[in-house]
Amino acid sequence: MGNRCAVIGVGQTRYTTKRRDVSIAGLVREAALRALEDAGLTFKDIDAVVVGKAPDLFEGVMMPEAYLADALGAAGKPMMRVHTAGSVGGSTALVGASLVQGGVHDRVLVVAFEKQSESNATWALSTHLPFNASLVVGAGGYFAPHIREYMRRTGAPDHIGTLVAVKDRLNALKNPYAHLRIPGIDRAMVESTPMLWEPIRYLETCPSSDGACAMVLASESAVTGTPAWVHGTAMRSEPIFRAGRDTVNPQGGKDCAADVYRQAGVTDPRRQIDVAEVYVPFSWYEPMWLENLGFAAEGEGWKLTESGATALDGDIPWNASGGVLSSNPIGASGLIRFAEAALQVRDMAGEHQVDGARLALGHAYGGGAQFFAMWIVGRERP
Amino acid sequence: MRDVAIVAFAQTEHTASDSGQSEPELILPVIEEVKERTGLRRFGFTCSGSCDYLAGAPFSFVSALDALGAWPPISESHVEMDGAWALYEAWVRLQHGDVDTALVYGFGKSSLGDLRSIMTLQLDPYYLAPLGLDQVSFAALQAAAVRADRAELDAIVRRSRAAGRDNPYALDLPDELTDAVAPSRASDVAPSRASDVVPSRASDVVPSRASDVVPSRASDVVPSRASDVVPSRVSDIEPLRASDVAPITDGAAAVVLAAGDAVAELCARPAYIRGIAHRIEPHYLGMRDLARSASAADAARAAGVGKGPVEVAELHTQFAHEEIILRRALELPADTVVNPSGGPLAANPVMAAGLIRIGAAAARIHDGTASRTVGHAAGGPCLQHNLVTVLEG
Amino acid sequence: METSEPLVARHVLEFPGGYTRTTGPVIGRFLTELRAGRIVGVRTAEGRVLVPPLEYDPATGDPVTDEYVEVGPAGTVTASAWVQEPRPEHPLDRPFAWALIRLDGADTTLVHAVDAGDPKALRPGARVWPVWRERREGGITDIACFRPEVTMIVSPVRPEYRIQAGGALRTFLEGVRRGVFLGGRCATCAKVYVPFRASCPECGTRIAEQVELPDTGTITTFAINNLPDPRAPEVPFVSAYILLDGADIPMIALVGGVPAHEVRQGMRVRAEWVPESERTLSMANVRWFTPTGEEDAELS
Repeated sequence: MGNRCAVIGVGQTRYTTKRRDVSIAGLVREAALRALEDAGLTFKDIDAVVVGKAPDLFEGVMMPEAYLADALGAAGKPMMRVHTAGSVGGSTALVGASLVQGGVHDRVLVVAFEKQSESNATWALSTHLPFNASLVVGAGGYFAPHIREYMRRTGAPDHIGTLVAVKDRLNALKNPYAHLRIPGIDRAMVESTPMLWEPIRYLETCPSSDGACAMVLASESAVTGTPAWVHGTAMRSEPIFRAGRDTVNPQGGKDCAADVYRQAGVTDPRRQIDVAEVYVPFSWYEPMWLENLGFAAEGEGWKLTESGATALDGDIPWNASGGVLSSNPIGASGLIRFAEAALQVRDMAGEHQVDGARLALGHAYGGGAQFFAMWIVGRERP
Repeated sequence: MRDVAIVAFAQTEHTASDSGQSEPELILPVIEEVKERTGLRRFGFTCSGSCDYLAGAPFSFVSALDALGAWPPISESHVEMDGAWALYEAWVRLQHGDVDTALVYGFGKSSLGDLRSIMTLQLDPYYLAPLGLDQVSFAALQAAAVRADRAELDAIVRRSRAAGRDNPYALDLPDELTDAVAPSRASDVAPSRASDVVPSRASDVVPSRASDVVPSRASDVVPSRASDVVPSRVSDIEPLRASDVAPITDGAAAVVLAAGDAVAELCARPAYIRGIAHRIEPHYLGMRDLARSASAADAARAAGVGKGPVEVAELHTQFAHEEIILRRALELPADTVVNPSGGPLAANPVMAAGLIRIGAAAARIHDGTASRTVGHAAGGPCLQHNLVTVLEG
Repeated sequence: METSEPLVARHVLEFPGGYTRTTGPVIGRFLTELRAGRIVGVRTAEGRVLVPPLEYDPATGDPVTDEYVEVGPAGTVTASAWVQEPRPEHPLDRPFAWALIRLDGADTTLVHAVDAGDPKALRPGARVWPVWRERREGGITDIACFRPEVTMIVSPVRPEYRIQAGGALRTFLEGVRRGVFLGGRCATCAKVYVPFRASCPECGTRIAEQVELPDTGTITTFAINNLPDPRAPEVPFVSAYILLDGADIPMIALVGGVPAHEVRQGMRVRAEWVPESERTLSMANVRWFTPTGEEDAELS
């Protein structure tokens, strides 16, 4: 795991359908400057910058980190650009942390963003090359069959997805940055919305958001302010077209979790982890990932959700921030999970703070549920 | 820092036109080759570099995983950058000390689209991209700023092509320059002479608009074996000539890094990374001195290029004048041999070409023909971003 | 017979060629500046800047000074009225706003049209910029209208590619043209992959052995898509994972010939091929998969 690394600054923009008032540079600067302010630093104090985002087709700017270099104070410094599909935000944090853990730098700024309103996500995610006939329409079209299979295997009742959709949006009402803030959200409202990709209802999906998130990571000697210490980092990838691949409970996710738990000394995640920010873009992925990440036995994840354990006042709150279901600037969504985990253990999450959070999990996944990035951050130095 | 070495390098026999292979099919032979060389089936870390806009589809790297045999699941990451930066990320990862081997690869098929206009998409989307400023045009602005001598540029191209003809992986490009390119339409190409190419300032150069330019099309290219290939035609943008421009190329490359005891187990003559650093500079072309590369100079200093002799330097020169800029920035001694592989002017598989420079520099140490070499990679318009490695036996 | 038809005539009161008004020095200066592409105000004795300039201070009647001050070109909307249906004489032929605009550097507001597109875009405080008429004559309409500040540009991005199906994909599509699904068996792990592919995703081994698979299989899971897609005949449509008999990995394909809500996991299906004469090197040769009527297969 290398040298110690801590999160010392977090910055987010408000997430919304269209940020009409800013350029791409303005958007990322907003998050970056807030993270620097949180750390009590300026661009001058930063050794290297890591940028992450999902496909460049969203903004129609190829490798935009080149254009953004000076906007992020990177002139004369090393800059990296990460792209690991939907998990990219998480991977961006891990690449930044790696620079500190490897002893290469003392302070690294990581930034992830998406300005989805410049085009349309379903278009960008459904551009098919000739000869490769595919009937997958957007991310929902891809994930719906796997959710259906989860329901068949576990016999989970239909309303579990609705519970998550409500719970995460209630949490979003406590997060000033959240995109979807739906007063009075309840099961009836979710159930009244149409099926888009059956079994996924409209309000069981994530929004398309504009937004950016940034963090300042530091080595032990360079810590300023309130640190969230990195206790473990892991990434895993598996081939999408492997025969016999379990798309409901992917091995890559299980292995990634095992790796990060081992580093952090976690043997019982349900008991030892105080709060988790997990990439749940469709409501059913909460029970699926509860099992994949070892918070519940196989087939039992939906029972944990149903019991209310994952609510803000439950014993293992998941997505206290409102999660991806409430804010989804795709390239940034993973980094937001990681950053929200850090905010929790820094006791800086505001109204959605989980009391006494000492150990938190940040999680992101991407591709056909085949790329995974995770970290565990804690209040204590490891 | 922990000692890390390049213990294997493989590249495809690059082609000037689309062979019809998918990206995983393109990568497969180089992955097989480095696995065979090292005897490794699993690596502690894997990282790759590629570009969605080259492939014309989002997530082009996803299917590449299928070429690796990534099972059980692997610890893996991807940069939307040249594979050289994937190597950098892997080098950083090996510094942690808990894993000892890493697989790095880069791949790209620039034959699929019009590379010149695709590269426009990398520019500032408000001030530069709407102008339709294409890759050859912005490179021409930099060439004008350098005020390079035509004879010197032609000599660089001739030397690179000659070296490429001796390199089984590079394209076979003719010794004759402009006249040999697309003879059927030679009349379209205004031959430039050294006497009329030296504008006094960059601002004197009016870049031709994208619409004035005949883009190279895959259909203009005679396919089949590398030796048969005529490079796709590029019209001149003063002061650049078509021959100054790296050829359209498809290809891939892979490198294996090792640290600790693994180094000696995997390679008889490992190429140790004694220094590696990269730097970026401001983007907007009017806000930097295009005649110099401050970021390449900074990276070279940080990597320690000047701490010893440099027998061979493999430079990521996609345009002839970039060699002049980089030679100065890296402060290479006069006796350093530049691009003995032919460099990108002889084969330029975009997103792999930078990694290939490092691989080619390592290969000279692997085969015992050099003991201290430099590999360089560049990204962004007009050498905006530069990475320098120093390798020693 | 007397009719009650109204007796109507058209009357036009038009001075031929238009009035010729002299402007005086102040208005003339303003319009002359406009023609030159500048907007000026005039300073009052108290130091206020009037735009458009008057010869007198509207508050006191005192003459203004002879100091002209360039203002704008941008300004801030202080109030606006939305015109949903413009009249022929209006400066714009589409919905727009009349607005009071305080140009930067001015102490008064100018009345002009704002081409805002949407009334919500023009709340007080909105910043607007002039759009100059291409041929200016020295009139207030030399400014064609004002428009909101540029906050977004449209960037068409349309790289073109020439995609070639070579290698394993071509092999597979050639099979599909013959009406056969070609798979490949990995020599190491014995798994059968369809479509045929160059290497095994699990172990990376090159796949040499081709396997012809039947065009029947089992639906393992599926989505009912309620969003239209050009590749599907109608909404809702079913995209399903179909495990061909003898294969170890499902293919994604359309299911047809059965109402969407009657599709089941485990349902047995068969490919419906387009007539041989219409077949090409593409998956379009398979219209969809349709139920065979066999008993459902057991899913693990």
